[in-house]
Amino acid sequence: MADFLLQRRNAILVFAMVEEITAYDSKIEGNVIFTQFDAALNWVRKNSLWPMPMGLACCAIELMATAASRFDISRFGAEVMRFSPRQCDVMIVAGTVTYKMALAVKRIYEQMPEPKWVIAMGACASSGGMYRSYAVLQGIDQLLPVDVYVSGCPPRPEALLEGLMKLQAKISGEKSLAGQKPELTEKIEEALAT
Amino acid sequence: MLMTGPELLNSLSKLFGPKIHGQTEFRGETTFSIEAADLREVAKFCRDELSFDYLLDITSIDNFGDEPRFEIVYELYSMTLAVHLRLKLRLSEDIGAVDTVSDIWPTANWHEREIYDMMGIKFNGHPDLRRILMWDGYPFFPLRKEFPLEGLPSEMPDVAFTKVTPMEGGPFVTKPSTATAKDREPRAHPAKL
Repeated sequence: MADFLLQRRNAILVFAMVEEITAYDSKIEGNVIFTQFDAALNWVRKNSLWPMPMGLACCAIELMATAASRFDISRFGAEVMRFSPRQCDVMIVAGTVTYKMALAVKRIYEQMPEPKWVIAMGACASSGGMYRSYAVLQGIDQLLPVDVYVSGCPPRPEALLEGLMKLQAKISGEKSLAGQKPELTEKIEEALAT
Repeated sequence: MLMTGPELLNSLSKLFGPKIHGQTEFRGETTFSIEAADLREVAKFCRDELSFDYLLDITSIDNFGDEPRFEIVYELYSMTLAVHLRLKLRLSEDIGAVDTVSDIWPTANWHEREIYDMMGIKFNGHPDLRRILMWDGYPFFPLRKEFPLEGLPSEMPDVAFTKVTPMEGGPFVTKPSTATAKDREPRAHPAKL
C-alpha cells in the first residue's frame, strides 16, 4: 500500500493502523493522520493536476494567461503543463476542434494514463461555438468524456480557474480506490478483518 | 525613363489588344478580363515587362447557374510603381482546369492549392496539387454553391470524419442561386411551423 501511495508524487503520507501503535512514541506523534483512503488519494490527485494543454485557437492565449504570473494556475497545483500526454492528468481542450484535428485530439487523450479528466474550455470546445460550419466538430464531448465545461469566448482566466476548482471538487468526491482498484480494496478489507 | 502606372497598363492593352476582353477602372485600380488560354503569356509579360513582381492573391468565384461557371481573379501589385492590376478569367465547369502560375510567382503554389481544395478547379502543371485545408480523400468541394453550409457527412477511418452541423435556422445561410446576396442570404431560415 505504501508503494502504491508513493507512486503519487505530491505527498508522502504516513499511515498507521490503530492496532500497530502499541506504545507512546514521541517521534511519530503529530505525524499521524487518520483518514479514509479515498479522501487521501483524491486530495493528492486534485492538488497535482498536470494539464495537457490542447491549445487549438484563441482560448489557448487565455490558457497561457492563466498559467502566467497574474492569474497563476500554480496556486491550484496545476502549473505543470506537459506536452507529452503520457505525463498528464487533465486535458484542457482550449479552442475550435476542426474535423481535421478531431481524431488527433482523441488519440492524444487516449495516450494519457488513467485517471484522466477533460475540461472543455470555451464555446467552441463545448459546442462548436459560433462555427456552425462543415469543418468544425460541434463540441469535443462528441469524442471525449468531458468533466467540466467552461463558458466564454474565450473565457477569462478566472473562469478557467473556476472550472479547475469545479474539477477539483468533482475529484474529491470520486470513489477512487473502489472504482479503479477493486482488488486492492478487497485486500485491505481482508487485512482489517483479520 | 520609367513609365507611370497608367502608361504601363495602356501598353499592356495595346500589346494584348485582341486577347483582352474588357478593361474596367474602379477607384484607381485596373481590371483586365483575359482568356484562360492566354493566362501564362499575360502573366509573364506582367511580371517581366511591367514589373508586377508581387502576386497578392488568387481567388475563385462560383457563379452558380451561369456559363461559364467559374471565375478566377489574380491580384497583382508592382512594388516599383505602387500600382495594382487585377486579371480575371472565366472557366467553364467542363474544362475545370487552368494553367498554373506557380512557376511565375511562387506564392501561387498555396493559393492554387486552396482553390483546388475549396472549389475543385485544377491547375495544369502545378508541382504539388494536393488539398491544403481539408484532408486528402475528403470527397467534397466546400465553397461551391451547391455544397450546403451545414456540410455533408463523410467518413475516412483513422483520418477524419464530418457530420451535418445543426443550423437551427441560424444566420449566414446561403441559398444557391444567381439572385442578389440580399435574397440569397436571409438572416435566418423562416421558422418551421
